[in-house]
Formats: sequence, C-alpha cells, structure tokens
Amino acid sequence: MLDFVQQVIGGIALGCVYGLIALGFVLIYKATEVVNFAQGEIMMLGAFLSFTFIATLGLNYWFGFLLCVVSMAVLGAAMERLVVRPILGYPQFSIVMATIGLGLVIRSLVGIIWGTDDLRIETPFTGGVIQLGGLVLSQDSLSIIVATALLCAVLYAFFRFTKIGIAMQATSQNMLAAYYMGIPVKRMFSLIWSLSAIVACCAGVLLAPITFIHANLGFLGIKAFPAAVLGGFGSIPGALAGGITIGIVESLSGFYLPEGFKDVAAYIVLLAVLLWRPQGLFGSNALKKV
Amino acid sequence: MSAHVRTSYAQSEQLFPSKNAAFWYAVLVAALIAAPYVLESYYLSQLVFVLIYAIVGIAMNVLSGQAGQVSIGHAAFMAIGAYSAAVAEKYGLPLPVYLVLAGGFTGLIGYLVGLPALRLHGIYLAIATLAFAFIVEEIVTRWESVTNGNEGLMLGAPSLFGLKLGAQGFYYLCLGVTVVVILAAINILRSPTGRAFLAIRDSETAARSMGIDTARYKTRAFAISAAFTGLAGVLYAHKLSFISPEMFSLSMSIEFVMIIIIGGVLSLRGAVFGAIFMIMVDPILIVVKDKVPQLTLAAMQGIGLSDQLTDAIQAGVVRVAGAPGLKSLIFGLIIILFIIFEPMGLDGRWARVKSYFRQFPLYRPTSARAQRMFLKSERNR
Repeated sequence: MLDFVQQVIGGIALGCVYGLIALGFVLIYKATEVVNFAQGEIMMLGAFLSFTFIATLGLNYWFGFLLCVVSMAVLGAAMERLVVRPILGYPQFSIVMATIGLGLVIRSLVGIIWGTDDLRIETPFTGGVIQLGGLVLSQDSLSIIVATALLCAVLYAFFRFTKIGIAMQATSQNMLAAYYMGIPVKRMFSLIWSLSAIVACCAGVLLAPITFIHANLGFLGIKAFPAAVLGGFGSIPGALAGGITIGIVESLSGFYLPEGFKDVAAYIVLLAVLLWRPQGLFGSNALKKV
Repeated sequence: MSAHVRTSYAQSEQLFPSKNAAFWYAVLVAALIAAPYVLESYYLSQLVFVLIYAIVGIAMNVLSGQAGQVSIGHAAFMAIGAYSAAVAEKYGLPLPVYLVLAGGFTGLIGYLVGLPALRLHGIYLAIATLAFAFIVEEIVTRWESVTNGNEGLMLGAPSLFGLKLGAQGFYYLCLGVTVVVILAAINILRSPTGRAFLAIRDSETAARSMGIDTARYKTRAFAISAAFTGLAGVLYAHKLSFISPEMFSLSMSIEFVMIIIIGGVLSLRGAVFGAIFMIMVDPILIVVKDKVPQLTLAAMQGIGLSDQLTDAIQAGVVRVAGAPGLKSLIFGLIIILFIIFEPMGLDGRWARVKSYFRQFPLYRPTSARAQRMFLKSERNR
C-alpha cells in the first residue's frame, strides 16, 4: 500500500510537468488555434538557459530563474513573429508542420550550442526530503507540485478576469470579429506565445533537478500530448488533470506492469479516451455550420 | 493559374489530361526503363529510394492531400509492411505473394486505425496517429519471438519466380510497383471514391449532407494509404536487407509528411517531386559538410580578415558542419521555409512556371497565391 501511495505521488509530480507542458499547448491553442508541436523543445531550451545562467554564470537560483523566464518570453514572441505569423490563415496542418520544423531546429541548435552531454543544476531543493509517516517525498517533486498549482491558479484567473485574457478568448473564437471589436489580434498572438514559452520554461527549470538536462528532453513534449487531449485541448484545468492522470498511469504501469508498458501507457490511455470521448474528458463538442 | 476548361464529362474521367501529357509520360517511363543501362550503381540505388519514397508520397497524398485526413504516424505502416515481408520470407513464401499479402495486411491495419479516425478531426487525429505509431514501434521492439527485438531482422536477396533479382532486377520491381501504385491512385481519384474524398476534405458536414457516407470513405482512405505504404515497406526492407525498430521512428513519419509538403499536397505529381527532393538532401548534405569549411576558409582569407577572427569563425563553421544534429536542423529549416514561401510546394511552382510561359505577357503572380482563411474555426466542425 505504501508503495502504491509513493508511486502515485511520484506520478503526480511527473504529471505536473506533463500538465505544465500541456498547459503551454492549451494556451496557444485556446488563443490562436495553433497546436505547437515545439512546446517540448521550448521547455528544453528553458532548461538549457537555466543551466547557463545558474551553473555556468553562477547566478543565484531565483535570479537565474527570473532571467530565464524573461529571455524565454522574448524568444517565444520572436518564434511567433518569425514562424507562425507569416502562415496565419493557412490550413491547420501546415501550421502544425511548421511548428514540428521549429522543434527540429531548436533541438539541433541546442545540441550544437550546449553539446549532447547530460547537464545538471543545483537548486535550493536539491537533495532535501520530507518524511511523512513512511512516505519519503523529495523537495524537488514537491516544488513541482506547488509551482504547478500556483501557475494554474494565476493563469485561470488571468483568462477569467483580466481584460487581456478575455480578449485572448475572443481572438480564439473568431479572429476577424475580434479584430473588428478593436482587439489588437497580432499583439495578442505574440503575447500568448510569450506566455506559453514562460510556462514551458518554468516546467523545464523545475524538471531540471529531477531528470538531467539533455537534448532529448524535448521528447517529453510528445508525452504531454496525451495529457492535453485528455483534458480536451481547450481547458486549463483539463490540461492539468490530464497531465496528472498520465503521470500516475505511467508511474503505476512502470511499477506493476511488465517492462515496456511504461513508455506506451500514455498513448494507450489516449487512444482509449479518444475512442470513448473524441473531444477529450473536458472538451465540448459542437458541430460547425456549413 | 491557367484554367483547364472542360467541355464534357468524359474529360474529367480521362487518365491523362491530354495526348501531349500521355506522350511525355511514355517518354519518362521509357527513360526510367533505360536508366539501369546508363546510370552507375550508386545513382541506380538512389533512384530505388526515390521510387520507394514516391510510393509513400502517393499514399500520403491520397490520405492528406485528397481526403484531408492528417497522419503523422505513417512510419508505423511502413514498419508493418517491412516486418510482414521479413517474416513471410522467413517462412519461404514467394515475393509476389507476400508483396500482396503485406500490402493487404497493412491495408487492414490501416482500416482499423481509420475506425477511431471516424470521430476525430484535425489535430486529434494527428495525435491519435502519433500514438498509434509509438505503440507499433514498441510492439515491434518487444515482440521478440517474431521481430527479433532491437537486434532486427535480416532479409535475403529478393527473388522472383525462382530468379534472384540483382540490383537491376530489383530496380525494375520497384519501378513496376510504383507505376501500378500511381495508376491505382489516379484511378481511385477519378472514381466516385476519389470524388467523395475531395468532398470530405473540403467540408465534412457538407459532404454528409450530400449523402456521402463519410465514415466509410474515411476508413477507405486510411486503408488505401496504409496498403500503399505497406508495399513501400516491403520494398524498403528488401532494399536495406536489414530492418530494426528504431528505423521506423517519429522522424521517419515526419520525413513522409515532408514529402508532400515539399512536393505540394494537391497533386500526385507533387508526391514524386517531394520524394526526389527528400532523397537528394542526404548526398548534398555530405558534400556540403565536406566542402563548406574549406570554402569559408578560402572566402575569409580572400577578403583578408585577421587570423584570430578567421580561426574563431572557422571553429564555429566546423562545429556546425560536424554536428550530429545538422540533418534535423536542415530538415526543420526546409519545412519552415517551404511552408512560408512555397505553400503549394514544388508542384505549385512547376505549375506557375508553366502558366507563366503559356500566358506570357499576361501572367500575374497574384493569380496563384495560396488562400488564407481567418474566419473558419477548425475547432467546431
């Protein structure tokens, strides 16, 4: 029983990272109806930047984190401007492929700049554990869970109560109508990409002490797809719930099922959910008028 | 683009748009038949890869370009075709039999994958095919009694009716399969099935209102596309004579999508253009890796930069040219640049060049600009 709880908590921590990456997908999808396949790579870029700021330059962890977030916000807006804006209005598939291309470019650039070795950063939480009865929780995992909860609450409030957040929702529903209503649609797009890059960056920096920082970290982004789909691709709490579900499923199947299931468990759950509820667990389904 | 005015329904059903076109295709086929006698073995081998990729390109075109269904998991169908061939060969089946069997089996799997696709659109479908590809890759890795796991399987030289096929014979086999696949695709696309594909691509709701059984045609599109890819998988396995699970990874699926993006999604010709382009990337990359450091060195010495600066830049160039990730960097750039600057692909460029000459003084570039839609939301369809 203790094993089970331990696995579940490990799964929740991992799931929060998936949830954060999925949150990045959802933000961009909600506002621009673009699915950003480069999200995992953007997260990886954030982790590598944190390595440069914290380990190489020797900055304070929190200051390095902040610097990382700011630079990723700029980079996110730059990606939007260079890659996504020129192809706005093309079929969704073209845009998806462009972001896949963007991911390939980021991954190989990271490999060229930082090399292919495993890197590591020290955080204030490294090595710390909290004992709770028989349970052993590492502070790294707890920091992920807490940070994720905070980020989600902030983002939820942002979309619900701020003017910019509501403008973003309007943009997502109909670009043209939003434009007529005086919403600066192009600026919204840059903003949302910045925001999503920030979320991805947080995921990357939080994850860095648990896994090593390496050039394949971006593949976690692909693992986050099931999370986003499970959550319905348009819902912020859904992304988080989906991420945690996938994290727990993966953690438990790694522990109880034969070897090999851990890697595909997420995809099997995904296919099952898509068969049962094609619009995801939290999504809404409406038919389009011709 | 130049309007192709049709004056009778029969014109829509023709195999070739005009007698002229039929003539030039005949010339092309004749040239391809003569190729082994002219080309060196290296180029012949590259040509075989072009043919295999062209088959996959056509499969992708039928599914994505014509029926509008997205797939980024086609490497899985390739793997199924390749492994069926390897296993069938182990049991001593003759090549023509398992070529058909592997195609049929992959088509069946494609049909099954198409079933969930009935309820999925756009991005959900893309992710579902992605998940399918990962699961197939994992099965191939773990099912060691059949697939030999990560160690992979060896295939013998292909033989046809008791004759061992050499490089030349295998080339003819690939050429034959490619021609059959292209003709099959053309015939499917000018039949009611093909028309239904187009209707579904343009608007699924409208197609359903017109009485098209969208479920049936979507699964059919998947089955056809998978069967073609399975055939390509058989040829691919024989070409490499060794297959292992890590070949059929996500990057292969992305390469397959690149074929149609580079070539252009709207016509089968584009798939062939894309295949040629994709196969040419590797040899060109090798030359570039070889030559570029020397060239930049010569250029910098030519314009007389200081030695220190030259050394620094040279070190950077060598590092980039020798980086293991260079190929994916170039692939990524190709995808982005093609989508931004050539959204209709090479085939679109070809059509524009042709119409430029046809309507010489009157040609306007705006007549061939890709369409943008800001109103339509793909979310609520």
